[in-house]
Amino acid sequence: MSDSNQELRVSKIKNGTVIDHIAAGQALNVLAILGIDGSGGEEISVGMNVPSDRLGRKDIVKVEGRELSPAEVDVLSLIAPAASINIVREYDVVEKSRVTRPEVVTGILSCPNANCISTEGEPVESRFDVLDDAVRCGYCDTILREDLAEHIATD
Amino acid sequence: MRHDHLISARQLSRGDVEAVLDRAAEFDAGERVARDDDLLGLLFFEPSTRTKMSFDTAMKRLGGDTVDMGTVESSSVKKGESLADTVRVVAGYADALVLRHPSEGAAKLASEFVDVPVINAGDGAGQHPTQTLLDLYTIRENAGLDDITVGIMGDLKYGRTVHSLAGALTEFDVRQHFISPESLRLPKNVRYDLHEAGADVREHTELGGVLPELDVLYVTRIQRERFPDENEYRQVAGEYRIDAETLDAARDDLTVMHPLPRVDEIAPDVDETEYATYFDQAHNGVPVRMALLDMMLPGDGGDGR
Ligand SMILES: [Zn+2]
Repeated sequence: MSDSNQELRVSKIKNGTVIDHIAAGQALNVLAILGIDGSGGEEISVGMNVPSDRLGRKDIVKVEGRELSPAEVDVLSLIAPAASINIVREYDVVEKSRVTRPEVVTGILSCPNANCISTEGEPVESRFDVLDDAVRCGYCDTILREDLAEHIATD
Repeated sequence: MRHDHLISARQLSRGDVEAVLDRAAEFDAGERVARDDDLLGLLFFEPSTRTKMSFDTAMKRLGGDTVDMGTVESSSVKKGESLADTVRVVAGYADALVLRHPSEGAAKLASEFVDVPVINAGDGAGQHPTQTLLDLYTIRENAGLDDITVGIMGDLKYGRTVHSLAGALTEFDVRQHFISPESLRLPKNVRYDLHEAGADVREHTELGGVLPELDVLYVTRIQRERFPDENEYRQVAGEYRIDAETLDAARDDLTVMHPLPRVDEIAPDVDETEYATYFDQAHNGVPVRMALLDMMLPGDGGDGR
């Protein structure tokens, strides 16, 4: 109940996606991992460190005019494992789902190992196996645990 | 073996290791097969005369032959061809490929582009699984592979032979001690695997305390390039050097191993002792690689398939 009251602080959206129950402090990383910075014309509202029954404190992100794809939601799970996704159309939540952890993420993160073959212009996409609390490069085995958002591949 | 490629020691189960070592022992004892039609492609993107000769010898002893891409300087790689392209071309000539490459993950990538078996002969600081198999063969001959204590000393951070070996030893009942300077400790991913495997592992900065417990001491080289400062290197390297006197504190049946080449981390006076096993270890590379090739190559050359 307190949850929904707090959400009122962030404006309602007409069409788009609400990403709720993001761990406090991760909202900007969520936007980064999705490649959303407003340059595509989306209207973005971010609530940070708001009280939550489930998490104590949480972040929340609302993106007007954009529905997340299942692949995007998968990637989100790496940094916001407890997040829930609400797809909104005409002010109504038409779909509600939790993120699930994929076994592998492909083409999203780039390997931090400068000597990894996946960073050297070969015709392959980066590939990371998802572990319990980290991801691991499918080529060089490097384990990436913190700051995942900093390793999002940029084209 | 049930694998199409040999990329990492991580993929080898105890059963796989035992199958290769048993087959290697047969070759060691003089077993011969006729693989006259088989051709092994040698792709060495960085020089490693020793490993290359060992594979070349193994293939020829099986009755087959090798094709060699030559040095990087003389090949199309120099012109900027991708690894993916190079391996696809050579896979058209050869029945299996052996790859040595300076980048981590190179063998894995190569295996995704070809239909023939790929054997990783060292990728950067990553893995060197055939070295591991010959190390295991040597350990089995000298100390057995269960209920033993193994010390691994030197550059544990960049030493790919160490990374492969440590992982493979978790398949056996082995207590592992790692001895290195603080700055050259095992990398995170190797620790992760050891932890996941529930391995009995301890880390030390000095050999002294643990030496008397060891059945095997595996020494690796600390490379000068790893240190920005020559003095720092000298100080560190000196502490991880052994000589005959150091080994006075060891058990009589200690086995001293080294993947070679050594520089000065094992003094020549150790060569004369009963402990020294590194030259036998290097010799074991041929029967072990014969076994592996015979088991991985398609066709009916042996009974290993
Ligand atoms: Zn990598």
